Amino acid sequence: MSQASEQLIRAENVTFNRGQQVIFDDVTLSIPRGKITAIMGPSGTGKTTMLNLIGGRLKPQKGHVYYGDVCVGQLSRKQLYTLREKMGMLFQNSALFTNLSVFDNVAFPIREHTKLPESLIRDLVLMKLEAVGLRGARQLNPSQLSGGMARRVALARAMALDPELIMYDEPFTGQDPISMGVLVKLIKRLNDALGMTSIIVSHDVPETVSIADYIYVIAQGKVVGEGAPESLANDDNPHVKQFMHGLADGVVPFHYPAPDYEHDILSEA
Amino acid sequence: MMTENIQNIGKSSINVCSNVGYAGIFLLKTIFRKPRLVKGFPLLIKEVFSVGVFSLPIILVASIFIGMVVGLQGYNILSKFSATEQLGQLIALSVVRELGPVVGALLFAGRAGSALTAEIGLMKTTEQLASMEMMGVDPLWRVIAPRFWAGIISLPILTIIFCAVAVFGGHLIGVEWLGIDAGSFWSNMQSSVDFRIDVLNGIIKSIAFGFVVTWIAVYQGYATVPTAAGISRATTRTVVYASLAVLGMDFVLTAIMMGGW
Repeated sequence: MSQASEQLIRAENVTFNRGQQVIFDDVTLSIPRGKITAIMGPSGTGKTTMLNLIGGRLKPQKGHVYYGDVCVGQLSRKQLYTLREKMGMLFQNSALFTNLSVFDNVAFPIREHTKLPESLIRDLVLMKLEAVGLRGARQLNPSQLSGGMARRVALARAMALDPELIMYDEPFTGQDPISMGVLVKLIKRLNDALGMTSIIVSHDVPETVSIADYIYVIAQGKVVGEGAPESLANDDNPHVKQFMHGLADGVVPFHYPAPDYEHDILSEA
Repeated sequence: MMTENIQNIGKSSINVCSNVGYAGIFLLKTIFRKPRLVKGFPLLIKEVFSVGVFSLPIILVASIFIGMVVGLQGYNILSKFSATEQLGQLIALSVVRELGPVVGALLFAGRAGSALTAEIGLMKTTEQLASMEMMGVDPLWRVIAPRFWAGIISLPILTIIFCAVAVFGGHLIGVEWLGIDAGSFWSNMQSSVDFRIDVLNGIIKSIAFGFVVTWIAVYQGYATVPTAAGISRATTRTVVYASLAVLGMDFVLTAIMMGGW
């Protein structure tokens, strides 16, 4: 297979700034087809920004992001929206439409993009909800769901159109251990059963390590480490080490930059 | 110090200009797109319902009181000139030309405009708009456009209802309570109110107000800073900007329309 068909996504020399702040500095990474790739790193390192670059919601100042053979940043608005039908994204706070029921939330992308008859839409939606174990919750409103259930509904909605690529933005954040376990299993199972490509953006190390095939660790705008989960655990890079083992102090200091403590305390306010 | 002040003036004027520019581009993107009638029409009906019908109670209550107050005030002044039979004319002209479109638009900004801003702002804050974009559905088409057109359609209809009810309120006071002759009340009104010059101009005003109020409301919602404080600020801004815009535009439109009176 050629390189383009093995790699679904390639980000080449991507530089992205937000105002004065450098989010990415010459980052290159690639996401293989059919695998679960994790992008990890401390909070605030722009992991979500990477998903937005892939989805075309943001454009890199330098470099390119390729989806297959197309350069995402150069698409017209219409082409971009067509491309996005092949992507699903699970947002950090689920982002369910609060004025629609669970059923209608999952049906939303199908209704918008196809002209299928209502009976077929019903079957499709029930299949997706069954896959996440919430077929019985179809009449509920998003406000009646627990956080874990809401995320599963969002997952059902993200895969409603059977996307090639599904992007998870912090799927494990704020979940209790049970729903965390459910989500980990679901992500792995769906990826393998449906042959999708998955990108997980997360800072929950043990959960992500348990299902990811390949991991990129991002810190301070650069890819500081990459590799299979086992090899990363033994990586010597101080950034990777501190992050993977959750050390309180290291290259990322415990203290936010501040003037000298003694001087600060003794000085008049 | 001095240069700093000048810098700040420059900075805020650049801000204002770029905001107006963004709002303009936003408007163009909302208006100029291929209409999708089959899918768009039900959405529009739903929004006309939530924007227009839910504003009806406040419009009804406000208009009957305004009609009654104008009736009382007018009677009081006209009686000094022993011209109380002209009350119908006074009520109809003041309501149709000014009070109907302006007060209607102000109430609309407070009731429907703030609701639109808060709703869209909350959708943005909870990433519902972003998730729609990522599904390949343009929120400008799916969320903004139906609400925008619903506002432009609703306000003129609400204004017509406002005027009718206010005239009825004036009739209650003038004829039923203060005892003006019903025949002269209505016939004076009929002979002095011109359909094109008064009624049509009033409706034109209300269409312009509907356009401006809804534009401000949906733009403020769409441009909300996605935090709780951001939503509250955006909602406040909608009411303030929309009210000021309505009053300012009313002056300009009145000055233009005055030629016909």
